[in-house]
Amino acid sequence: MNVTELVMGGDAALFMSGMNAHLLDFLASGYNYWMAVVLMMIGFYITLTRSNLVKKIIGLNLFQTAMFLLYISIGNVANGTVPILTDKPGALYSNPLPHVLILTAIVVGIATTALGLALAVRIHEAYGTIEEDEILDAEAGDS
Amino acid sequence: MFVAILPAALLTQLPILQVAIPLLAAPVCVLFRRGRWAHDFSLLVTAIASIISVALLQFVFNGGVISYALGGFAPPWGIEYRIDSANAVILLLVSVSGFLALLQSRASIETEIPEQKHPLFYTAFLLCLTGLLGVAATGDAFNAFVFLEISSLATYALVAMGKSPRALTAAFRYLILGTIGASTFVIGVGLLYMATGTLNMSDLATRIPASPHHAVIQAAFALIIVGLGLKAAIFPLHLWLPNVYTFAPAVVTTFLAATATKVALYLLARFVFVIFEDASFAGTLLMPLALLAMFLASLAALQQGNVKRILAYSSIAQIGYMLFALALASTQAVAAAWLLILTHALAKGGLFMAVAGIALQTGSSNLDDWKGIAKQMPWSAAVMVVCFLSLVGVPLTAGFVAKWSLLSAIFSTSESIILAAVVAGVSLLTLLYAGKVLETVYLGTPDEQNATANLREAPLAMLLVALLVAAMNIYFGFNGTMLSDLSKRAALALLSGF
Repeated sequence: MNVTELVMGGDAALFMSGMNAHLLDFLASGYNYWMAVVLMMIGFYITLTRSNLVKKIIGLNLFQTAMFLLYISIGNVANGTVPILTDKPGALYSNPLPHVLILTAIVVGIATTALGLALAVRIHEAYGTIEEDEILDAEAGDS
Repeated sequence: MFVAILPAALLTQLPILQVAIPLLAAPVCVLFRRGRWAHDFSLLVTAIASIISVALLQFVFNGGVISYALGGFAPPWGIEYRIDSANAVILLLVSVSGFLALLQSRASIETEIPEQKHPLFYTAFLLCLTGLLGVAATGDAFNAFVFLEISSLATYALVAMGKSPRALTAAFRYLILGTIGASTFVIGVGLLYMATGTLNMSDLATRIPASPHHAVIQAAFALIIVGLGLKAAIFPLHLWLPNVYTFAPAVVTTFLAATATKVALYLLARFVFVIFEDASFAGTLLMPLALLAMFLASLAALQQGNVKRILAYSSIAQIGYMLFALALASTQAVAAAWLLILTHALAKGGLFMAVAGIALQTGSSNLDDWKGIAKQMPWSAAVMVVCFLSLVGVPLTAGFVAKWSLLSAIFSTSESIILAAVVAGVSLLTLLYAGKVLETVYLGTPDEQNATANLREAPLAMLLVALLVAAMNIYFGFNGTMLSDLSKRAALALLSGF
């Protein structure tokens, strides 16, 4: 049995082969995956289209948050409880590994955001602006 | 030779020491009050890392694969460091490049970076080294992401320390694209975990063939290739590279040009050949990208007026060569890819070292300011000649060994004539931009207002290391068997698993 089936109690299998299911069921079966994709694309769009460097970083954060959501969804086991050691030996619990992994990724994300904002501050000191088009104009004037 | 000297207990810990020593040394650098001490300390650390990588390579060469269970948790549940011939070569490349780049660059660091920032600079440098070594050493897909980000974050900081304010914008753009690449990669890894329940690379390799056409696995494959493609600057994901190489401090450019993109390429090869075992897909997707990179980046290099930028576009073209060899996907071709990785590091490393020396003395890396500079700086110019010849692949240089092995791999394919013609054509373009630079350096007459007459040769330490690298380019041209042996072993390790 693969993790996809384990995680969503068979819902994920439906999610993957949703063509033969009712469309609403299909969308509802993995709505957190859909939300991850939508959030990711919003973040990606902001990062690519906004000229303001801080807004680019906000977009990047959204992109990363979507990735966290995806990982956390992977760890969920249908009807599973919190993965804490208890007296009951047969308890069904969520898979804690993706959650631990994403904790590392969150730390990486914070480091990236901090560095990105620090660079934005330095760029503001050097160019007097954090609008990318104005920076490009200034650079074109330089060379 | 090193294997015999080291005690057995230490020997079994080498895979983790390779990564842990630079990692633990990095914060120590902050404690030094003087940049000079931090420099000597970092030099010592990179020397130790180089010795460890030589010992590992020798061990792997004699005895096969080393599997190291981190913290004593057995794989596939614990994190495994797995050293085989393919990544032992990469570990050697990264640690020796780090050592030589630092050895060469004391003078250039002192002029380019403010004194009070030196300890922090070396901290970032060692962290970057740690990350690259970690990516090469690890056998765990998520661990590879963490190290990829350690090296990338350190690289953004290093690039931003360049003198020009444009270094800041180059670093920012690299940060945005690099983070998108790393996130894409880690989403792919997450999907792989979802489909297989494991993160260990060898374990993934045994589980994926059971369901190779599963939609989740195919999506993971696509995301991982795009993510690593951004890190490796594979065309058309190369946009961050030219400005980074042009505006970063000289030593950072030398080190990155020799190592960073190659480590990402190694990881890509590991995923394509070992984990997904889908070489035909790699061929159809990556071959056109490789050919486009070779042509377009070489043409772009011809149009640049800044020497660092010429070399940056040349790097994108050479990454195209490596990808081209990987896309052919035969044992011979993958061996050629490893040869290209090694010889390109030698040639481009040497070139950026010579450029660092000349740029330090002239205060510019614009080709127009370098007219006739060979009169004042004959040795630096000579290093450039040798390394450019190696880059083009002229016989009796290291580059020739690699290009020859690529051609032999091409001739065992079905479309050999067309592909060989393309490779020859791109080599001609390389010759053109090499010729453009060398013509200016040797035959150009300095503009009158330029006071190049009283310029002196680069500082002795910079020059000696650059000459050493140039000599290596020639030595491996005469004696290519060692490099070819290493590359053959690497290719066998990737394609047949031993």
